[in-house]
Amino acid sequence: MDNKQEMPQIPEAVKPEDKVKAENITSSQTQMLLEIQRLEFTAIELNLYLDTHPNDQKALSLYNSVVPQLKKCIEAYEQRFGPLFHFGMSTSQYPWQWINSPWPWDL
Amino acid sequence: MWVYQKKLEYPVRVSGPNPKLAKVIITQYGGPDGELSASLRYLNQRYSMPTDKAKGLLTDIGTEEMAHMEIVATIFYKLTRGVSPEQMQAAGLGGHYAQHNHALFWSDPNGVPWIASYVQATGDPITDLTEDMAAEQKARSTYEHLIQLSDDPCVTDVLRFLREREVVHFQRFGEALNDVQNYLSCKKVF
Ligand SMILES: [Fe+2]
Repeated sequence: MDNKQEMPQIPEAVKPEDKVKAENITSSQTQMLLEIQRLEFTAIELNLYLDTHPNDQKALSLYNSVVPQLKKCIEAYEQRFGPLFHFGMSTSQYPWQWINSPWPWDL
Repeated sequence: MWVYQKKLEYPVRVSGPNPKLAKVIITQYGGPDGELSASLRYLNQRYSMPTDKAKGLLTDIGTEEMAHMEIVATIFYKLTRGVSPEQMQAAGLGGHYAQHNHALFWSDPNGVPWIASYVQATGDPITDLTEDMAAEQKARSTYEHLIQLSDDPCVTDVLRFLREREVVHFQRFGEALNDVQNYLSCKKVF
């Protein structure tokens, strides 16, 4: 295997996103989503690692430090583009915003 | 339960319509080693896992695979959007068009529909986690084949991301397998 997975580092974790070329990102919605995707990816990677290394304190504090950053980005995104979550996880302005386009496959 | 997020795990852009590429990529949607198989396999195997690490990991990787299925669906959707029936036919998607028009459907590139026997749950955690590790390697190989077939750099970028995830999942499943093996050998001693 070409991979020895030690504790994921932030620069490592966000590496795949670096390939997304900045000049192709046109809308600010896509750009704000990219920031969420970047932070969430770090969280996913650390989450899976912590599942099998629950006593790694460094990884855990890194995970915990990502959570408020992610929350902040989601809040800023939702104020401009409407709810990112359904089922009571996000509030909506009037009229009900959840059904608004674009859906992820159209963005 | 699950909660939907109105976004993809990784952004999907395509250079333009490309039904030929869509035809082969569909295998990671509904082929034997695709993301539907992966998500259903892991989420279904959780119940018979003996350790908390294995239960947690199967829940989380199973959930991430659902996000990957959405990414693959989006690639297929974008590559075939606005493509005429004639172009679909010319790209080998005539059969797909006849049955599904532009809708998504779980099949492999030859049109063989997804079947439950692509996945297994034996109730033996060693056996099931070993299957999961093999499944991750099969998915990695398939993504490598798709990268070789891809003539769209934007799609290749997403395929590389998905390939990388399979490598990480394989590693984590190996660690969960060690944990289960330790648990079972301790149980035998006491
Ligand atoms: Fe995977």
